[in-house]
Amino acid sequence: MAQMSRRLVAAVSVVGLYILLELLRRTGVIGAYWAQVMDLSLIITISAVGLSLIYGFAGQFSLGHAAFYGIGAYTAGLITKTLGGEIHWYVVALAAGAGAASLVAFLIGLPILRLRSDYLGIATLGFGFIVKVLLDNSDKISPTLGGARGMLGIPQMTTFPWVFWGAVLAVLLVRNLVHSSYGRACLSVREDEIAADIMGIHTTRFKTLAFVLGCGLAGLAGGLYAHLYSYLHPQSFDFLRSLDVLLIVVLGGLGSLTGTVVTAIGLVFLQEWLRGILPRDYLDWRIVIYAIILIVLMIRRPQGLMGGREWSLRILVGGDPAQIVTGKGEKGRASA
Amino acid sequence: MGDLLESIRNGLPLLLEQVLNGLQLGFVYALIALGYTMVYSIIKLINFAHGDIFMVGAFLGVFGFTYWHLPWPAAILVAMAGCALLGVLIERIAYRPLRAKGAPRIAALITAIGVSLFIEYFSSLKFVFGPNYRVVERPFGDFRWSLGGVGISSIQLLVIAVVLGLLLALQYVVYRTRIGKAMRAVAFDMDAARLMGIDVDKVIAYTFAIGSALAAAAGVLYALAYPQIHPFMGIMPGLKAFTAAVLGGIGNIPGAVLGALIMGQVEVMTAAYISSEFRDAIAFSLLILVLLVRPAGLLGKAGPEKV
Repeated sequence: MAQMSRRLVAAVSVVGLYILLELLRRTGVIGAYWAQVMDLSLIITISAVGLSLIYGFAGQFSLGHAAFYGIGAYTAGLITKTLGGEIHWYVVALAAGAGAASLVAFLIGLPILRLRSDYLGIATLGFGFIVKVLLDNSDKISPTLGGARGMLGIPQMTTFPWVFWGAVLAVLLVRNLVHSSYGRACLSVREDEIAADIMGIHTTRFKTLAFVLGCGLAGLAGGLYAHLYSYLHPQSFDFLRSLDVLLIVVLGGLGSLTGTVVTAIGLVFLQEWLRGILPRDYLDWRIVIYAIILIVLMIRRPQGLMGGREWSLRILVGGDPAQIVTGKGEKGRASA
Repeated sequence: MGDLLESIRNGLPLLLEQVLNGLQLGFVYALIALGYTMVYSIIKLINFAHGDIFMVGAFLGVFGFTYWHLPWPAAILVAMAGCALLGVLIERIAYRPLRAKGAPRIAALITAIGVSLFIEYFSSLKFVFGPNYRVVERPFGDFRWSLGGVGISSIQLLVIAVVLGLLLALQYVVYRTRIGKAMRAVAFDMDAARLMGIDVDKVIAYTFAIGSALAAAAGVLYALAYPQIHPFMGIMPGLKAFTAAVLGGIGNIPGAVLGALIMGQVEVMTAAYISSEFRDAIAFSLLILVLLVRPAGLLGKAGPEKV
């Protein structure tokens, strides 16, 4: 009964939040500029939730998340650009973007997920570079893709409902997965891979599962991104973008979905807000200040903002805030 | 058959020249890779800011021989000293507080990314180095000698001589001095080393100083060999050098040099004979392949997993 009512409260508050934001946008309280920042922050959230599953929950260190984001973006963009900007092609494009990213993640994950810790990080980083080089030279495969000049003329289809419900879907998917037996298997791999293996958990299977799903979410985010600005450039999917997502996941607190969501939205808005408040002559200072904030936050809260805990409605509705995600999650990763 | 021999005879000098170019690049990577590998072997941190220290070194060196009119060897020394100081400062401000808290490794990695962003964008400010590309005016003439048809330039000789000198010096420091012994002890087992009375923080500071000084020397050599500098020039060489360190087996000093030399050759050969656009892709594919066969790098010890 209590569970039912909690779910109801959660559903009502999400719908309520959506209606509120939509109203604020319609009435112009949130201007076009900030509306677009909001759309972008939600897209980044989807991608970050994907990495949260891969690294925060399954403990697989990936430095190449932006590559999958890029694969999704280019696949989705190519589909609507060639087939047309109707709504059904848009849906197909988003699905194909997520599918392509998952497929590539599966193929590359099979060999490289055997690597541990930092070595996995470097292998994914290398993969990210390979994808970037391929995107830079993609005009040699098909002129539509644009290569290093960027891909123009993708229909602008992404609107607020798409990104909002996309983000809700991503969070729900990962939340439900983490609370299922599959998710517990992933957590056990993170905590101690050898112990998990001995307890009869097929570690390769769960590592691959988390990696493929997480990269699929990055692909979905990429598809939404492609149709938000209707312009893609390989630069948007390079190594530094992978670091941005990693930063969000760690700063939010590993193994905390709410931490990831809050940090993803917070960091995008922080960057834009700094752009707004700095005097014109000091605009160059924006990233310098951002970097200082980052360093100070990390030194003050090395475990991340949420430190593996979740914000949940249980705290508001009552009942004990029991946590399933415990442990620092360092042991498994530290054994390089 | 005669044609084949003929084409080999004609192609050989060109090939040897490319080998020299690869050595030049590989030696520069080696100096950067050493800093990565030394820091990693002691505190298990991928110091993302290392590439930016390389950049600062390049700027200090170039400023040294252009604006401050120092002789170029003195400019290299000034850059090395300046960066050693910078490295120690970064360690003191950004990484030591995390260690004191017993923070997870990933927190230090994110801090390193923050430091890297800070150095890059702070250097881009107009009153620091400025955001633009600067062309480097070499303090000495660019001579070329021909050895049996193979051209070798004064820059190449300089790079190779300086790097070999520094490698010998490093070898001496690590294996023949007290601080080197302490470094090896801390790398082997930090807690045991601390119990034996080694001042771990001091050893880490020295490691950062030495690694940063080597990166600075690499920066000046890189600026002399590829005469253009800008605040973001450290990102790619830094990543390539780190990749080289992993390729050779991270934490392993000869491995870092070996990995860097391979990386340099692969990059130059791909650019010369296949396609310059795909050289990064091929270098990183090689890395992934090597890791799949030898998960701890070429010279790294995988070791049995402890439960």
